[in-house]
Amino acid sequence: MDTLRFITCGSVDDGKSTLIGRLLYETKLIFEDQLEALMADSKKFGTQGERMDFALLVDGLQAEREQGITIDVAYRFFATEKRRFIVADTPGHEQSTRNMATGASTADAAVLLIDARKGVLTQTKRHSRITAMFGVRHIVLAVNKMDLVDWSQARFDEIAADYRRFAADLNFASISAIPISALEGQNILDSATAAMPWYRGQSLLQWLETVPNAESDVTQPFVMPVQWVNRPNLDFRGFAGRIGSGKIRPGDSVRISPSGVVSRAKEIAAWDGPLAEAVAGDSITLVLADEVDASRGDVIAAAERPVEVADQFEAEILWMSEQPMLPGRAYAAQIHSKSANLTITDIKHRLDINSGARLAAKTLGLNEIATVNISFDRPVPFAPFKDNQRLGAFILIVKLTNETVCAGVIHFALRRAVNVHWQVLEVTKSARAALMRQQPRCLWFTGLSGSGKSTIANLLDKRLHADGRLTYILDGDNVRHGLNRDLGFTEADRVENIRRIGEVAKLMVDAGLIVIVSFISPFRAERDLARGLFAAGEFVEIFVDTPLEECERRDVKGLYAKARRGELKNFTGIDSAYEAPEKPELHLRTLEAQPEVCVERIVEWLEN
Amino acid sequence: MRHQGSFAHLESEAIEIFREVAATAARPVMLYSIGKDSSVMLRLAQKAFYPGPLPFPLMHINTGWKFREMIAFRDRIVAEIGLQLISHTNPRGAAEGIGPFTHGSAYHTDVMKTEALKQAIDQYGFDVAFGGARRDEEKSRAKERIFSFRAPGHRWEPKAQRPELWNLYNTRINAGESIRVFPLSNWTEADIWGYIQQEEIPIVPLYFAAERPVVKRYGQWIMVDDQRMPLEPGEAPELRMVRFRTLGCYPLTAAVESSATTLEEIVAETLGATTSERQGRVIDHDGAGSMERKKQEGYF
Repeated sequence: MDTLRFITCGSVDDGKSTLIGRLLYETKLIFEDQLEALMADSKKFGTQGERMDFALLVDGLQAEREQGITIDVAYRFFATEKRRFIVADTPGHEQSTRNMATGASTADAAVLLIDARKGVLTQTKRHSRITAMFGVRHIVLAVNKMDLVDWSQARFDEIAADYRRFAADLNFASISAIPISALEGQNILDSATAAMPWYRGQSLLQWLETVPNAESDVTQPFVMPVQWVNRPNLDFRGFAGRIGSGKIRPGDSVRISPSGVVSRAKEIAAWDGPLAEAVAGDSITLVLADEVDASRGDVIAAAERPVEVADQFEAEILWMSEQPMLPGRAYAAQIHSKSANLTITDIKHRLDINSGARLAAKTLGLNEIATVNISFDRPVPFAPFKDNQRLGAFILIVKLTNETVCAGVIHFALRRAVNVHWQVLEVTKSARAALMRQQPRCLWFTGLSGSGKSTIANLLDKRLHADGRLTYILDGDNVRHGLNRDLGFTEADRVENIRRIGEVAKLMVDAGLIVIVSFISPFRAERDLARGLFAAGEFVEIFVDTPLEECERRDVKGLYAKARRGELKNFTGIDSAYEAPEKPELHLRTLEAQPEVCVERIVEWLEN
Repeated sequence: MRHQGSFAHLESEAIEIFREVAATAARPVMLYSIGKDSSVMLRLAQKAFYPGPLPFPLMHINTGWKFREMIAFRDRIVAEIGLQLISHTNPRGAAEGIGPFTHGSAYHTDVMKTEALKQAIDQYGFDVAFGGARRDEEKSRAKERIFSFRAPGHRWEPKAQRPELWNLYNTRINAGESIRVFPLSNWTEADIWGYIQQEEIPIVPLYFAAERPVVKRYGQWIMVDDQRMPLEPGEAPELRMVRFRTLGCYPLTAAVESSATTLEEIVAETLGATTSERQGRVIDHDGAGSMERKKQEGYF
């Protein structure tokens, strides 16, 4: 017997939890002790007077029961003669959209509740868009509370037509509509109802029993991301992973992406004996015929249908954090088994949930959906989400807090990386470095305003110059007069500021110079991004560590006083965070060492 | 629960979860409670890492009040498979002689299970702990993620769970934080029994009906497993055909009257059950929301 995973969604108070409670009750899934508890709870928290409040069966958290709302997705299980079901009851409140998305991402089908009195609401549309975006193919409109509109066919037809007009471009494989009353149990189990003789379609349960589930298509080519390499001893090396699509048999030819290496499946190792065949959805351990190299994040695919590799894509994303999305910032990304850094390079447009209009945007806020261009810091095996969900979905994580802030689906690869080839220059960095008899480097000073970065940088510059080194200082204030004059001090602008400086410093290092960068650069993510531009050993992070009180006491430029008076916004240390480096190459504590001593330490470090 | 599903999907999902932890965690551990869910979890872990051994130890939080048959079974399985087992008992609780009869079920559970678990995780520096909890067991569990993030101090914050999309698990944590991982999240009680039957997984004999010495307390059958159980005046253990749907500390785990002595009979009984398995758990009845509160404090 197969399993259907579905969600119930829709606006708050449309009766999702009540519907699930009713489904569990009608399919005899409520045990006696649970029913007793429900009776007791109904009297205490219930919103249905003397009647049983089925919503209390699913709203499991204390806060939910007290407030009478659903905050997080709850999973419930039931079965009929024909099918097993896992239902995710998702919250209707806009603030809980990310929890709704959590439920939608693993669902085959969606039951969208609509209050017959209210019709299609903004939240109905939001949930429809997220449901469609996250790959749910079949949706049924459960037009609920029909008892409150006198079982009116006209009202039902009107809502169904409204919705179909709205959802026409959402690419659902099917849209159905059923008039129900979850409270009274109409059209839930059986479709024959005295109240609505005009309705001749399926009951909700009949629909759930027959809607196609997303059983992975075994006719697609074989694809399996390598999740873990199983190497218990020198004689065994198996590639463990879950098959994303297709099937595999011993003897089949495979190709590994991104390396392109070809081999053959030798054995599908398993605890109860080797398998003759494995199909989409199976977790397997694959042994290849050759000693080939593959690691977590690589993808093994049918040799004749290798998986594409690219680093820049157009994608659709749902932003799930109170912290705004910043284009240019490096986020940690997870796409199938692959971990990489990712930046959003461009917001093409933000989607107006209600109208579907495409709006311009510079950043994204909580629960906003946008079409964006993204760039990984390395090539990634992928497939468009619509072709293969396992290879086309990704999440973004903020590196400092490890918060999951974004879910995205890949539309297609941008061919830019392929078309704009790097111009290979005949005179190389090492040739220039040899001519100048120096090791090109980027010395990146970070620290609070007034910490002494510029003082130490200037002294160092003089000292290196005296030693016959070719140097150049990129100073934060100076650069803001020219290259970055269009940037302000918002978080987004500060990210872009650092990105440009990093790129300029990189060109200068390429030219053979020792570049001294003196920037507050308060965010770890951007410093890491800058570091990523350079070859190993080229980037030297120097943390000029002066306590805030001392910087404020010095206040050479009078900026702290201004910030304290509220005349200067987003000032690092006052109303904007400084994220201290975790492992700088050099950590200079200025309270313990004069600038000259600091310079000596740097020179010493460089010589070693 | 009228039907058993096919287990291929559930099995593959659980194996994927095990491997994801093996690939990303620094120091994982599997909580092993000796019960049927732990037995299923152990078999799935063996499958996930075959032909290699489990890349993590098992840990049993021993309250000192488990059924004697459970400990005997544990030691047999560990020896047969060749597992690395850590058995941890809260030294403070042991020193103070804390037990359910003298200190009450809530305090006993708090000290000997919740506190002991947190203690052990901190002591060994585990960053990820597998647990056998299922979403169909209890309402607050139904809300929990598969990768359930714990703030410093092991706190679960049900109102601020990380979103969990597709099968893309966020396994990143900072120092002091940890993750509880539940490979059996999407299994039901019927699935567990069906899988035990299909795979012929060994389980503690207490799950099968046999004549056992029991007394009736608060309308439930409690087995007299050793002499530490104080009998009321005039109370005498009687032999009855009983079995257990869940296992834990013997004074806190009620038996049900049953004649099911084979797996087939247990499955048939489970599918026809009219009460939930947790009915036999004394701690769940401490009040609505009690499980959520315990979980917030670090209980599994």
